Amino acid sequence: MIPESHFLMLGAALFSIGVFGVFTRRNAIGILMSIELILNAANINLITFSKFSASPDGLGQIFALFVIAIAAASAVVGLCLVISIYRNSKTILVNKINLMKW
Amino acid sequence: MVNLAHLIPVFPFAAFVVNILFGRRVKKFSAIVSISASTISLCLSIYTLVCFLKGQGSYTLFKWLIFGGTSLNIGVIVDPLTCMMLVVVTIIGTLIQIYSIGYMKDDARFSRFFAYMSLFMGSMLGLLLADNFVMLYIFWEGVGLCSYLLISFWFEKPSAARAGMKAFITTRIGDTGLLIGIFILIFSAHTVYFSELGNLNGASPLFTAAAILIFCGAVGKSAQFPLHVWLPDAMEGPTPVSALIHAATMVAAGVYLVARCFIFFSSHGQALICVAYVGGITAFFAATIATVNNDIKRVLAYSTISQLGFMMMGLGVGGYSAGTFHLMTHAFFKALLFLCAGSVIHSIHTQDIQKMGGVFRKMKITGLTFVIASLAISGIPPFAGFWSKDEILSEIMRNGHPFLFVLAAVTSLLTAFYMFRLIFLVLFGKSRSEIHPHESPKVMTVPLSILAVFAIFIGLVGSPFMNNAFQNFIYLGQTHESESLKPDYAVMGFSTLLAVLGIGIAYLLYILNKNILPQRVRQHFSPLYNLVYNKYYVDEIYDFLFIRPTMRLAKLAFKFDLGVIDGTVNGVAKLTVIFSKIAAWIDRYIVDGAVNMTAKIVGIFSLVLRRTQTGYIQTYLLIAFFGLVIIIFVKLIIGG
Repeated sequence: MIPESHFLMLGAALFSIGVFGVFTRRNAIGILMSIELILNAANINLITFSKFSASPDGLGQIFALFVIAIAAASAVVGLCLVISIYRNSKTILVNKINLMKW
Repeated sequence: MVNLAHLIPVFPFAAFVVNILFGRRVKKFSAIVSISASTISLCLSIYTLVCFLKGQGSYTLFKWLIFGGTSLNIGVIVDPLTCMMLVVVTIIGTLIQIYSIGYMKDDARFSRFFAYMSLFMGSMLGLLLADNFVMLYIFWEGVGLCSYLLISFWFEKPSAARAGMKAFITTRIGDTGLLIGIFILIFSAHTVYFSELGNLNGASPLFTAAAILIFCGAVGKSAQFPLHVWLPDAMEGPTPVSALIHAATMVAAGVYLVARCFIFFSSHGQALICVAYVGGITAFFAATIATVNNDIKRVLAYSTISQLGFMMMGLGVGGYSAGTFHLMTHAFFKALLFLCAGSVIHSIHTQDIQKMGGVFRKMKITGLTFVIASLAISGIPPFAGFWSKDEILSEIMRNGHPFLFVLAAVTSLLTAFYMFRLIFLVLFGKSRSEIHPHESPKVMTVPLSILAVFAIFIGLVGSPFMNNAFQNFIYLGQTHESESLKPDYAVMGFSTLLAVLGIGIAYLLYILNKNILPQRVRQHFSPLYNLVYNKYYVDEIYDFLFIRPTMRLAKLAFKFDLGVIDGTVNGVAKLTVIFSKIAAWIDRYIVDGAVNMTAKIVGIFSLVLRRTQTGYIQTYLLIAFFGLVIIIFVKLIIGG
């Protein structure tokens, strides 16, 4: 039986990798992928706590399913944004996109 | 029969409106509009006369003003005087307008001329129909306005424009008197109706003053001394205007006013005497000027003044029918004289009688009618003027005014003399300059002929041959005693003698002696001649007494205006400019400065702060992330 802490460490590791990816990737698609990692880290945590709670009722797992669905939707929106940015500025490198800069 | 008298002035007014509004559109047709309006008025006037003879009188139309306890009704007066005047004015007005078609043919403002003529006709007929002083005054000013407009009709000529102003201002002096007279009547007698004037026979000096002030209005309008100066200058207007307004109708309005208020005047004797003497002096005075003037129209103008004086004299001595009779006959023959003069001027384009002569050979109809009119005004029987003038003379005689009789007799002599001086100089002898007279068109000669018929026969209605029909008519419905209707053969003979004498002298001087004797007369009596030739210097005296002081006062006022009032205004303006400059400085350096300083401070801060805006989304995320971390730590430390 794998102990609870291993799952949590996996989640924390995934989250950290995701955050690092968000901060460092210059490619917008990379950022989106990193965000997926963060969301999946959260899913692992949800399922872990659901599995190891004193009275397991499966609510956490259902929650994780919702997160997967919404993550898919947000990925679609994000990719749409990326495509439209690419059409406008011929790049998807976020450090080149500085319309908001003074 | 239906009362239609109040419609008489409506048609000319309508013609005025049509011609003034659509004059450019209707062009020559405007003459037809005006003439048909006058013709309708003429028919209505005759209808009114017939109605009156059948027993219909004055009537009230509607209530106009209500003030205090009394109200002012608009009504129409229908009595012998008004009926007579209505018919005379419409006949002469219609004929003169027909004549004007020829006279004004080539004028650029043809339709405007007819518009003004119609306005005049309407005002004049309204004046005659007015049954109270207020209405009369309104129309009185209306005819004055038309007179002004028509005298200065050729306003391109400075002399015409000046003459118009002179006429307007001079008559205004008299009108002010009339207005004050009306006010006195309203406040002391509480009436403005002519029909109530007969009741005001109290010997109040206020009433006498009112009568004299009303007479002032008549003096101005009828160009009596001392307000006669405008009428000769009024000859600057077109000749049909002179004939209609300044000979036959408007100037007679003064005489009409005195006749209208005759009951009032005769119950206040001093006022009546005043009328008689002003008339007498004017008659003599103007006749002397007419004997030496060389402008054909001005001679006729002075003759008009003189004849109006004659009418005033007739009324003043108590001859109500004599004055009104002369008013009627004079209207015909003086209109005719002016139209003849107009015909001559139209043909040879000069008004100086010294340049004329021998016109008769080429202008038979004009010449013949001219002679008829001159015989009429000179008082040769049986022409119109004889009967009326003779009646005035015999009235003066009968009422015992020897001084006035002498004046009237001398004036009669002078009248015959200056009229035939005009006739001989214009129509007969050799022409004294290059003139090419030709007869005027039919549209002008036919009215002349019709008026000539009137000038011959109209006097007969007041003669013993027709049982003094006019005198009996004019006294219909009058309460005061009538004059003696017995023909006075001595006076008749005397006046005829005077007329013949005057014509004889003129013949001697201007035909037989070929104008030599007047030169000698001039040498002998040159100071007197100059005095008369310069119209007794009345214009110069007025110029010195009134016009120049007024001008000086005006200049003084102008200087005051320029120095003090303009100075004050300019000072205020300058002060305002200085204040606004200070305000502008404050605005620029203090208010704007504060605003700009705020902006600059914000700018300095933003220079520093904008460095945080890198534009890299990851920077923002990083800051947000570490911010979150810090918040969680703080929360953990504090919240434990």
